[in-house]
Amino acid sequence: MDWNFIIQYSGLYKEAAFLTLRIACMGIFGSLILGLICGMIRYYKVPVLSRITGIYIELSRNTPLLIQLFFLYFGLPKIGIILESETCAVAGLVFLGGSYMAEAFRSGMEAVDSVQTESGLSLGLTKKQVWFYILLPQAAAIAIPGIGANVIFLIKETSVFSIVALMDLMHVAKDLIGLYYKTDEALLMLVTAYLVILLPISIIFMFLERRLRFAGSGD
Amino acid sequence: MGNPVLGIKNLKKKFGDHEVLKDISFSVKKGEVVVVLGPSGCGKSTLLRCINALESIQGGEIFLDREKISGNVKNLHKIRQKIGMVFQSYDLFPHMNVLRNVTLAPEKAQHRPKEEVEKEAEELLHRVGLADKKDAYPRQLSGGQKQRAAIVRALCMHPEVMLFDEVTASLDPEMVREVLDVMLEMAKEGRTMVIVTHEMQFAKAVADRIIFMDQGNIIEEGSPKEFFEHPKTERARQFLNVFEFEA
Amino acid sequence: MQDLGISVLFQGDNFIRLMGGLWITIRISLISVLFSMIFGVILGIIMMWKNPVTKVITKIYLEFIRIMPQLVLLFLVYFGSAKHFGWDFSGEMASIIVFVFWGTAEMGDLVRGALGSISIHQIESGKALGLTGGQIYWYVLIPQAVKRLIPQAMNLVTRMIKTTSLIVLIGVVEVVKIGQQMIEAARLTQPSAALWIYGVIFFLYFIICYPVSVLAAHLEKKWKD
Repeated sequence: MDWNFIIQYSGLYKEAAFLTLRIACMGIFGSLILGLICGMIRYYKVPVLSRITGIYIELSRNTPLLIQLFFLYFGLPKIGIILESETCAVAGLVFLGGSYMAEAFRSGMEAVDSVQTESGLSLGLTKKQVWFYILLPQAAAIAIPGIGANVIFLIKETSVFSIVALMDLMHVAKDLIGLYYKTDEALLMLVTAYLVILLPISIIFMFLERRLRFAGSGD
Repeated sequence: MGNPVLGIKNLKKKFGDHEVLKDISFSVKKGEVVVVLGPSGCGKSTLLRCINALESIQGGEIFLDREKISGNVKNLHKIRQKIGMVFQSYDLFPHMNVLRNVTLAPEKAQHRPKEEVEKEAEELLHRVGLADKKDAYPRQLSGGQKQRAAIVRALCMHPEVMLFDEVTASLDPEMVREVLDVMLEMAKEGRTMVIVTHEMQFAKAVADRIIFMDQGNIIEEGSPKEFFEHPKTERARQFLNVFEFEA
Repeated sequence: MQDLGISVLFQGDNFIRLMGGLWITIRISLISVLFSMIFGVILGIIMMWKNPVTKVITKIYLEFIRIMPQLVLLFLVYFGSAKHFGWDFSGEMASIIVFVFWGTAEMGDLVRGALGSISIHQIESGKALGLTGGQIYWYVLIPQAVKRLIPQAMNLVTRMIKTTSLIVLIGVVEVVKIGQQMIEAARLTQPSAALWIYGVIFFLYFIICYPVSVLAAHLEKKWKD
């Protein structure tokens, strides 16, 4: 193992890791918002919109991110829609993640007993107030494990961003292997970088999930 | 006893083809306590849910203070503020402490000042023996305590009429009493109440009037003394016989 | 007027070639799924053992495989193994190895979950009825576990099929690569080919995965107590 090489190039990995994290954060934030909206549309069975959302969810969940990105990055410019690399990566991640988050939110809302909504309504709260003060907090707590799994899944999925010409971790590793034949060093740093990103996140969600389980949600 | 607060005229409710409420008419006067009795599936819980517009109705009219409230979808939440309801299953909001459970709706729906609402909430909690539980979360309460808190939550809205939907049905036997005592107290204060229950002794004690329902119809109506001692119909007699062992 | 890019698909034997590429994708998926299911069941049972050594080893294996992006695993095997062990895997072989390792971990976890989900109560009522250990397994545990497992395993299969799209990045010639070759060949004559070809590949994946997802959701609903 050539430690000097590792030290020399660790800066590149750090940069790449931050790029990955930045795009992942934007993508996950977008997914949460899109997911919340789509989840509500599905939960409340809004006419027409619910059907459209259903189609989107199925398309997104049954196709690979890689192909979604190819389509966005290489396909869309042919009809005049040119997206920059980063925009493309974020858009792809939101398109993919939105459906997963939508399912997490929807099942979270469905898991809240209907008497909760009813007692909120019977107290004279408006539908919006019932959603905001009663349904959402409980649904979010129930959805946390699912959201956590989705967050980790989405960060893992960022590993294909090199195909939209982003200098992400995979790109750096591949370059170092190709240019210097330092396969071991390049791979070691690659694995380490992903562990450094993903381990803490997965531990945080494990902790949150356990806390929620012990706290229980009343009766 | 004063004017009719709640009026129900020819109420019809269907689930698909199944007629749950066929043609229900009755009224409740101010300060009156009406207990609705009947076998399981007779439609009594559905009746309460219709009054509070938790179920759509397929015919008839509902009045509150002589004002028609059925079909008035636009101001549904305003109307519901005047009707308090307590459910069978524990319906406190599990993510809020007891005090917040009580103050949420007065603050958010009625826009009353926080201090005033909290002061009243604490007073009401004190009266039902939950003064020391105001910061507790629902999961830390017994079933009986939860139901008492749920009653306070409805009361704090100053409803004109209170609906109770089998509020003691899920409770352990030793906790039934503490909840019924609170309701009895409320009845003495002259609150207008419609109660669905299976507790016959309680019904006898609390009711000004009994309504007996079967298969979506009102079969009998009268004072508790009349109903329990001299039921007029065969079906009411059969119904009361079922409870003989219990009593 | 510009030629519609989709016509690329029907030039010469392009469509057949694309289907050929799809078959390679499916073949790799099927082989990986088959071995993953077999090894996954074994792993799941091993994970139920109380032995602390197997517990720790399987836990580390499971967590490492699940936390790493599949593309990283592909890189490790494709680039790493060639250098270290002198094994010169073809891209296809490397993909199958990675998918089996990964699929086994995921399947093992599902099997463990399914077996673990059956309440002690069920085993006790089996015992109370005088059933032997083997009979309890065969008549009580396995039927219930299988009903829980099958929909989840089917979802895993769709995940594995979707993940095979990654292997184009380690140089396997499959449906995506063949699509790219067509786009490249038609670059001058039909510049909009990329839109259509990637669109078609998108729907090819959808057409394969969607029915499996629907069936899985249906079975899950049907068998939910």
